[in-house]
Amino acid sequence: MRRSTLLATLAAGLLAGTAAQAQTAVKLGILNDMSSLYADISGPGSVVAARMAAEDFKASEKGLKVDIVSADHQNKPDVGSNIARQWYDQDGVDAIFDVTTSSVALAVSEITREKNKIFMISGGGTSDLTGSKCTANNVHWTYDTWALANGTGSALTKQGKKTWFFLTADYAFGAALERDTGEAVKKAGGTVLGSVKHPLAGADFSSFLLQAQGSKAEVIGLANAGSDTTNAIKQAAEFGITQGGQSLAGLLIFSSDVKALGLQAAQGLVLTEAFYWDQNDKTRDFSKRFAAKFDGKMPTSSQAGVYGSVLAYLETVAALKSKDTAAVMKKIKETTFDDPLMGQVTVRADGRAIHPMYLFEVKKPAESKGPWDMYKTLATIPAAEAFRPLAAGGCPLVGKS
Amino acid sequence: MFTIFGVPSAALFGQLLLGLINGSFYAILSLGLAVIFGLLNIINFAHGAQYMMGAFVAWMLLNYAGIGYWPALLLAPLLVGAFGVVLERVMISRLYKFDHLYGLLLTFGLALIIQGLFRNQYGVSGLPYGIPAELRGGQALGFMFLPNYRAWVVVASLVVCLVTWFVIEKTKLGAYLRAATENPTLVQAFGVNVPLMITLTYGFGVALAGFAGVLAAPIYSVNPNMGADLIIVVFAVVVIGGMGSILGSILTGFALGLVEGLTKVFYPEASATVIFVIMVLVLLVKPAGLFGRAT
Repeated sequence: MRRSTLLATLAAGLLAGTAAQAQTAVKLGILNDMSSLYADISGPGSVVAARMAAEDFKASEKGLKVDIVSADHQNKPDVGSNIARQWYDQDGVDAIFDVTTSSVALAVSEITREKNKIFMISGGGTSDLTGSKCTANNVHWTYDTWALANGTGSALTKQGKKTWFFLTADYAFGAALERDTGEAVKKAGGTVLGSVKHPLAGADFSSFLLQAQGSKAEVIGLANAGSDTTNAIKQAAEFGITQGGQSLAGLLIFSSDVKALGLQAAQGLVLTEAFYWDQNDKTRDFSKRFAAKFDGKMPTSSQAGVYGSVLAYLETVAALKSKDTAAVMKKIKETTFDDPLMGQVTVRADGRAIHPMYLFEVKKPAESKGPWDMYKTLATIPAAEAFRPLAAGGCPLVGKS
Repeated sequence: MFTIFGVPSAALFGQLLLGLINGSFYAILSLGLAVIFGLLNIINFAHGAQYMMGAFVAWMLLNYAGIGYWPALLLAPLLVGAFGVVLERVMISRLYKFDHLYGLLLTFGLALIIQGLFRNQYGVSGLPYGIPAELRGGQALGFMFLPNYRAWVVVASLVVCLVTWFVIEKTKLGAYLRAATENPTLVQAFGVNVPLMITLTYGFGVALAGFAGVLAAPIYSVNPNMGADLIIVVFAVVVIGGMGSILGSILTGFALGLVEGLTKVFYPEASATVIFVIMVLVLLVKPAGLFGRAT
């Protein structure tokens, strides 16, 4: 009896399979740093998130056949460009997702425009992607440097920390983060005393920290990411910078970084993120399923953004029954997505996805109830205030549509 | 306070001291490489991975066995050194009769495999490892705040470097070692077990890398790539000092730490490249390195 039911199910499945010949095949490429300093922020976890999105969407029932490929761009724009080109030209990839490291994201954005495909950014940070370098093919889903700068920069300045000094990673992302935060600080009534640029992926920050200490600024803004940020925070504690009365502001810290630092070193740090696993029932449910597939690690906001953006793309293609770039982009910009992780998400003319951002503070070791209990929410920055105003970005697309 | 080229002297002294601290890591790592190259003629590209293993073994001892920093400072180099001994016996010893290049390729491959395995297991964000309670805090020196732990790093590495130099250059054991590399057959004829001595030398060089790894664990993030980032710089240090020169590698290590420290003050953007610029200049002017003997 049981066997015959099984056979029937199988047969039905096969039939459904044949019916699916008429399905639209979509191929998604997850491109990020799979092995170096940003690999825990996005990396293989983003691929897990993308697959979960395809499963949760039940793509095959909705007439889509989803194929997901992934690659390591090694944080090199030339490597990233070559992969993107090959994916679009030879492998039939329809859209690229994630792309940590702003310099690579900018390169991939350019190629996507040239090939007229779609680029949905989660891990990449520079606000230029929806500003002066915006294209009709970009959707910037999770965060950008302006949102982080605005969140952390204005919040701290408004608390009375008026003078800032920046430790900046010497590439596109660091420069954008420093510029945007500097503007937010000045707008909130603070001043920027100076900055020092350090090479990407350095190990020793003591020299730069000493210069920051010498500046006597009230806040030292860390305009860097990944192990650069964690090393800097660890060494700042060692050199007594926080004991000396200066505050540290992590301008781009992901939960994976806080995890690596440990609460002892990271406590009290204020930061802005688009997502934290323990926010509500939907985020907890997703995160626990994610952790079960990924060595017990909770998702970062960048990985959560890959989930959301893949979901949004599939939803749009399924609704249109077409992969035509112009049609899909038009529809994406008209739809209000109900993202299970980031809430209501809309996409503006410049490609910026709009949703709330959150100001978190890292818990003290005594407040934490478990290995992943790390943040408490200080403030919710409403969607309308979280991102750069449309007119201020200098995106040539604005006003044309 | 007076200023030098627009930089207050206090800041400059601070930076020089920090340069010295970074120099201690360069010195201790390049020393291990120099010992291995000088006595075995093997270019040990796995040195960075072995340094990383030192830091990880310290972390594992703490988290899996509850063994703290001080015992780890002894145990981790021993364990990593033992791993080196096994590597030497099983793989590297088969390559002595070939060109240097084969040893380089083998150890480079090993480094990639070791790093990949750790990355797979522990990810790349790194693991937390605290400064031991005895060395927390620091001294206000007037021109800078010197963390006690950093002072300890300089002292520990100076002692280890000098002892190593003394043993190799000034003792009977060192004389055997040097003789064995010149003419192994003859030394063996005197009843000295040369293969064993070579194996232990490799183990010792690797243990030095492990020791540097434990020293680094509390201040740098303990992650699988920590050695890969450092090893290229250390190789440049060895080339500048002269391949195989023990004293040269120690002095060059500290000196280049200072040069790098100064670059961070005057032109921070170049601090990652200054050592390589010096390497190119030295290779052009004195290809055997500053302390190397032309052969």
